[in-house]
Amino acid sequence: MRVHAQRAGALIGGLMFPAVSLADWTLNMTPGVTGISNEIFSLHMIILWICVAIGVVVFGVMFWSIFAHRKSQGYKPANFHENTLVEILWTIIPFVILVVMAIPATATLVDMYDTTESDVDIKVTGYQWKWQYEYINEDFGYFSNLSTPRDQINNRQAKGENYLLEVDNPLIIPVGKKVRFLLTANDVIHSWWVPDFGVKKDAIPGFINETWTRVDEPGTYRGQCTELCGKDHGFMPVVVKAVPQEEYDTWVAEQKVAAEKERELTQKDWTMAELMERGEKAYQTACAACHQADGSGAPPAFPALKGSKIALEDMAAHIDIVVNGKSGTAMQAFGNQLSEVDLAAVITYERNAWGNNTGEMVTPKEIFDYKNEQ
Amino acid sequence: MSAVADTHAQDHHHGPAKGFSRWLLTTNHKDIGTMYLIFSFAMFLLGGTMAMVIRAELFQPGLQIVQPEFFNQMTTMHGLIMVFGAVMPAFVGLANWMLPLMIGAPDMALPRMNNWSFWLLPCAFLILVSTLFMEGGAPNFGWTFYAPLSTTYGPPSTTFFIFAVHIMGISSIMGAINVIATILNLRAPGMTLMKMPLFVWTWLITAFLLIAVMPVLAGVVTMMLMDINFGTSFFDASGGGDPVLFQHVFWFFGHPEVYIMILPAFGAVSHIIPAFSRKPLFGYASMVYAVGAIALLSFVVWAHHMFTVGIPIAGQLFFMYATMLIAVPTGVKVFNWVATMFRGALSFEAPMLFAVAFVILFTIGGFSGLMLAIAPADFQYHDTYFVVAHFHYVLVPGAIFGIFASAYFWLPKWTGHMYDETLAQTHFWLSFIGMNLAFFPMHFLGLAGMPRRIPDYALQFADFNMVSSVGAFMFGATQLLFLFIVVKCVRGGKAAAAQPWDGAEGLEWTVPSPAPYHTFATPPEVK
Repeated sequence: MRVHAQRAGALIGGLMFPAVSLADWTLNMTPGVTGISNEIFSLHMIILWICVAIGVVVFGVMFWSIFAHRKSQGYKPANFHENTLVEILWTIIPFVILVVMAIPATATLVDMYDTTESDVDIKVTGYQWKWQYEYINEDFGYFSNLSTPRDQINNRQAKGENYLLEVDNPLIIPVGKKVRFLLTANDVIHSWWVPDFGVKKDAIPGFINETWTRVDEPGTYRGQCTELCGKDHGFMPVVVKAVPQEEYDTWVAEQKVAAEKERELTQKDWTMAELMERGEKAYQTACAACHQADGSGAPPAFPALKGSKIALEDMAAHIDIVVNGKSGTAMQAFGNQLSEVDLAAVITYERNAWGNNTGEMVTPKEIFDYKNEQ
Repeated sequence: MSAVADTHAQDHHHGPAKGFSRWLLTTNHKDIGTMYLIFSFAMFLLGGTMAMVIRAELFQPGLQIVQPEFFNQMTTMHGLIMVFGAVMPAFVGLANWMLPLMIGAPDMALPRMNNWSFWLLPCAFLILVSTLFMEGGAPNFGWTFYAPLSTTYGPPSTTFFIFAVHIMGISSIMGAINVIATILNLRAPGMTLMKMPLFVWTWLITAFLLIAVMPVLAGVVTMMLMDINFGTSFFDASGGGDPVLFQHVFWFFGHPEVYIMILPAFGAVSHIIPAFSRKPLFGYASMVYAVGAIALLSFVVWAHHMFTVGIPIAGQLFFMYATMLIAVPTGVKVFNWVATMFRGALSFEAPMLFAVAFVILFTIGGFSGLMLAIAPADFQYHDTYFVVAHFHYVLVPGAIFGIFASAYFWLPKWTGHMYDETLAQTHFWLSFIGMNLAFFPMHFLGLAGMPRRIPDYALQFADFNMVSSVGAFMFGATQLLFLFIVVKCVRGGKAAAAQPWDGAEGLEWTVPSPAPYHTFATPPEVK
């Protein structure tokens, strides 16, 4: 027996150890870093303590009966079965408690729905399975993808500190400014949540939802998509970096220049090698989640590209499906998600990677013309 | 097939038919009740197995056992099977067995329809479970099947899922009609409405809820069917439709649905607590009014499931206030149960243990429900594990403990044998510990920021997920013990008296144990 017990103990200890050494035992909600998140936190604590108090009274009476009024101790039962006064009291008192709870809750809700003018407006669009951030007044935008390597998810590599909560391009916002988020989605419903801000709002295709925040402390804040949106719902984090105003201004200026450069790239003459190199990168972020890094897909929902008709035969059909998507399936229209350069690169890559050796390439200019003809 | 007419004409009781046709063709409420209970337990084990897959994958961070596609199928099927296959049929089974015995009726009012409503269920679940083997896999969009994830982006098996839901809906509606017809027409002389046992009252109200909302569910899945197969755009924004409309219609069904799953348990517990307190139920009338109030309020609170979809502030306030109000009648019920125990002469056999745990743990689920009702705080709780903790606290120690309590309470009446009390108490304690270990840490996970329905999670959630998985495995394995206890009790055991519990009251205890195949051919008199 003892040997078995020791073995079992060692096994359980061995299983528990890695997790224990990595994690913490957080019990409560974060107070967060915004006015709203702090209001929510105090509201949460008030309700929690009210519930605890009610619980102590109700369960106290119950446990008293359980210990004192037992048949085994010869307790003789009373026979009362109603008392109008008591029954009215325990209807009215909870009602009063509820009214007391509702007052601060209403005040917080009114604060959350404050629609006064904002300093920065950002359009947030949910895609399967990434976020797009567009700075409406600044004329640039970009996608934000999970940057945790596949090898960490599949346990072939040690997990990093911000496992599943890290992205390639975080959202950048200035501190001390009211930032308005306009949320929508391209495919299914997503929900954009940053716990530290107390901001969660659904991103719904065909709707524009509105919410806002004002962050006073610079820092990096992490959250996740909270509405089931398909296969990689657990793999589309939200990362927001709040930076001082000057840093923000410099960053915006850089982004504008970069966006302009990107547009100029369309006119450049691209070689096959350049397109393949760029295509591989674009494929990894835009396509690999469904069609897999090796083009093998996950049929039937996500067909293979390796050796597929689309990638090997008619080029025009290939361009069409990438640019316009295929309605009724998970294949999105990438025409507005990717630049002409990336579209050309991805299509060229798909036609020449993993043994798809067509030797054909399409240039950004051709894509540009194709889109204009439509 | 004319057994009922014959018994009246000749005053001689037919026994059950022999072989499989007894079960296929039966119109006997006891046989049908037994079939419902067996079916629901089978579904409980199947849905539970899926929960074990989910908890095994969530045991540690990283993807180990299943891929996200299959994980989503498991969460979806677990929810659908537990709600429509385990909890609802279990209560219909209890209703079939107990309602005629409690009101002194010879059978349900519509026995042939009763047979049909049962046999539709295995058909529906055969279709639903078969989707797991279809190309593209089973439904993977959560048991709430929000559009457009379930329409434009759903797997090809979605149409089969819709068909299965339609059949389940027909079965439930027919079952509900039968319950109402039985209760309103077949009560023993002298049993006025306000003398009905509470299980009868709660089932009557549940049946009205079912009739009101199952057609709404049928409507919403029919709109999905049209969107998927016939080119309509009810929920497709690109065709002028509205994805949020889906949620409004779904939750108009969905919120009363949660009361459908708990009200009969309220009723059963209101028999068990007085029986083992040896003292009448405190506040019978206020219990009835409270159930009525809960049922009515359940129709005007649906959008509290949708606080983050962007409803205007006036809507948020209305649904927040209405939801908070439900705490009042629910509180009254809890206070009444406690007052029933207060100064009783308590003993703690298995039914009482489950009933007391029901009151405590359901109240904890009620507290988290009240927290979720506070709209601004819900922005932080919504779609996190806090919600998962909440609804498992009201469903597992609520609905399911209610069912276990009922099963142990009435097993002597059904089988004529006492169950093994030591084993039953072991079943209780293992379930109680396992269930709390599984679900209490989920509160912490949700508050710390873990979204629900994810197959993999950030490292700070690792510890509590492991605890939760250990608890879930414990709870799951323990249910095999329940199967053993019931089989043992059916096959033998100490003979049960007609009235095996000294404090229990009601017409069901006036017939011998086991209850004869036909009871109350002549209605009893209720004073």
